[in-house]
Amino acid sequence: MVHGEVWTIKELFTYPNEYIYWSIQIVMYPFMTGLVAGAFVLSSLYHVFGVKQLKGMARFALVFSFALLFAAPMPIVLHLQHPFRGINIFMTPHFTSAIAAFGIVFSTYGAIVASELWFIYRKHFVEIALPLKTKQDKTLFEWFKYLVFCALTLGVYDISEESLKRDEKAIKILAGLGIPVACFLHGYAGFIFGSVKANALWMTPLMPVIFIMSAVVSGIALCMLTYIVVMEIRKFLASRKKTVYTHLQTREEIGGVEINVIRMTAKYLLLFLIFAISLELLDLIFRGYTAVKSWDVLRSVIYGKDFTNIFILQYAIGNLIPFILFLMPGFTIRRAVVGVILVLFGVFMMRWNVVIGGQAFSLTFLGYMHYHLPIIPHNWETFKEGLGGALSIFIMPFVLFWIFSKIFPVFDYKESH
Amino acid sequence: MITRRDLLKYTIKGIAGLAVPIAALEIVNPNKIFAGKNDKSKTRWVFLVDTYKCVGCGFCVKACKNENEIPYDANVTRTWVERYVVTKDGELFADTPKGARDGFTTSKIDLGAGKYQDIKKEEISKAFFVPKLCNQCENPPCVQVCPVGATYQVPDGVVLVDRKTCIGCGYCIMACPYGVRFFHPVHHTAEKCNFCYHRITKGMKTACVEACPFGARQIGNIKDPDDPVTKIIKTERVGILKEEFGTKPQVYYIGLDKEVR
Repeated sequence: MVHGEVWTIKELFTYPNEYIYWSIQIVMYPFMTGLVAGAFVLSSLYHVFGVKQLKGMARFALVFSFALLFAAPMPIVLHLQHPFRGINIFMTPHFTSAIAAFGIVFSTYGAIVASELWFIYRKHFVEIALPLKTKQDKTLFEWFKYLVFCALTLGVYDISEESLKRDEKAIKILAGLGIPVACFLHGYAGFIFGSVKANALWMTPLMPVIFIMSAVVSGIALCMLTYIVVMEIRKFLASRKKTVYTHLQTREEIGGVEINVIRMTAKYLLLFLIFAISLELLDLIFRGYTAVKSWDVLRSVIYGKDFTNIFILQYAIGNLIPFILFLMPGFTIRRAVVGVILVLFGVFMMRWNVVIGGQAFSLTFLGYMHYHLPIIPHNWETFKEGLGGALSIFIMPFVLFWIFSKIFPVFDYKESH
Repeated sequence: MITRRDLLKYTIKGIAGLAVPIAALEIVNPNKIFAGKNDKSKTRWVFLVDTYKCVGCGFCVKACKNENEIPYDANVTRTWVERYVVTKDGELFADTPKGARDGFTTSKIDLGAGKYQDIKKEEISKAFFVPKLCNQCENPPCVQVCPVGATYQVPDGVVLVDRKTCIGCGYCIMACPYGVRFFHPVHHTAEKCNFCYHRITKGMKTACVEACPFGARQIGNIKDPDDPVTKIIKTERVGILKEEFGTKPQVYYIGLDKEVR
């Protein structure tokens, strides 16, 4: 069977070679890079713009962004017909292609996040490595830990007041530099779609901007969700007096901090949500008003075939309901959880409607293609480009975050500044 | 014991020493090598389709599949034939069942998903066939978007795919406004019509041109003023497909209709 034929149902007049070639993994790709960029922007709000209330979230978001960073290219790998050749994008890039910029943008961004993390956690590494160095009779685990943290210090053991001041400066510069790079990382994902002139739905210069705005929205939402989950676990532990943390020992203390951080973050979420919706509506209105050749088929997709996906799932459930939930007085954590899950769902649906919606109509403008997500896989292809593959990608950053948080503790470590 | 000063010295000397032999190497540009470092190519392959002559027999599709080893039963094809039927009340129907590999065996229009529509003869105001193939664009969007340069345009205008380099991302398939690209079911790399490049570069005609019993398909060199195809393109009224995309397609059509997609 031809690639794409399994999940594509054709209707009316389509070209013989047309299938939905870009499937669920290409929906996941901008979704994941969006989360990376969004989480980073959130952490930079504190480091660069000094939004003090976000202090509790800043470090958390940065580590999470780092974990997401490793998951972001995975959808592409699962999507490629020749995954082992994927490295060629880095090795022999063809620079007229938007995808070729991936290697450069991705590694620049990775380097920035990694070095910012290093500056933030340098003191922590030294504090762990030094006592282990002097300790006699190290166990195997301690040897391992010692080696890891020793390597992580990169040979710098100076944690004087003066050098930590310099670190802070470096963090600020890196975080500042990171914002445009993070926006570029995701803006260019939007450019990949926006520059495809053959696709009537994708081709708009607004695409990168829309992608960046919704990226920040989704990144903030995911950080909020994970933050709440972690804080709830801590509350639970605190109530059982099992806490290992040095400060915030009681349930009430944790709860107080939690609601404050979430309330503050929610404001930024709303701000970016408004930008995202405005741009998307502008795009829609503009298409209807100018009504060029492709509008007939686009209208039949937007207001007909994909109406539920676009107006019910994306705009109503994914945008409008959380909007109301966040703005209603008497904000609670429970409501925040519902709100951010809906926001994440809304952003996912936006990616879906762009990627799958863009392939829902034929290049002939006379036919349609319907996508059927493979749920139960019957071979490797239907697994990796099906529900299983998408879920694996979604779970990956959480697993990575759990591992990374062993090295970069997000809460119990007291900041120098 | 090597001192820091020595290390720096040796490093500089080493780099300087290496720079001379390395300078002798040239960064290889595959395009240049392919062109044999000649100046401009004397060939520019173009295609001419006379839609008045096409009867939709599908011999061209069959010949193409066999010649270019596209699995016969796979629902993808490098070239295909479309049927257009316009009724008296202005309604447009079009189809291309299996790319017209077996021709059009029924007068019923294939609506996809196993549905067919019968149109009465007396209701038809006009009907015709349009063969399709890669347009070998002068400004090919598929070449522009390939992230690894696996697809490229040779100096005589044909766009080729390197199966050893293609990573299978599908960006070129998305970028082509004509829908001529697909994934090869066996090689899993991007696949497209290349005007039977292995034939035309040896002085033969493409498989589809050879197979067409009515001379609806012709291939020629537009840089040769004596080429019969060039003469027709230069002197008669010909059309191209989807010129609004700015791709400058090089497949010319006689008798193109506004309904053709």
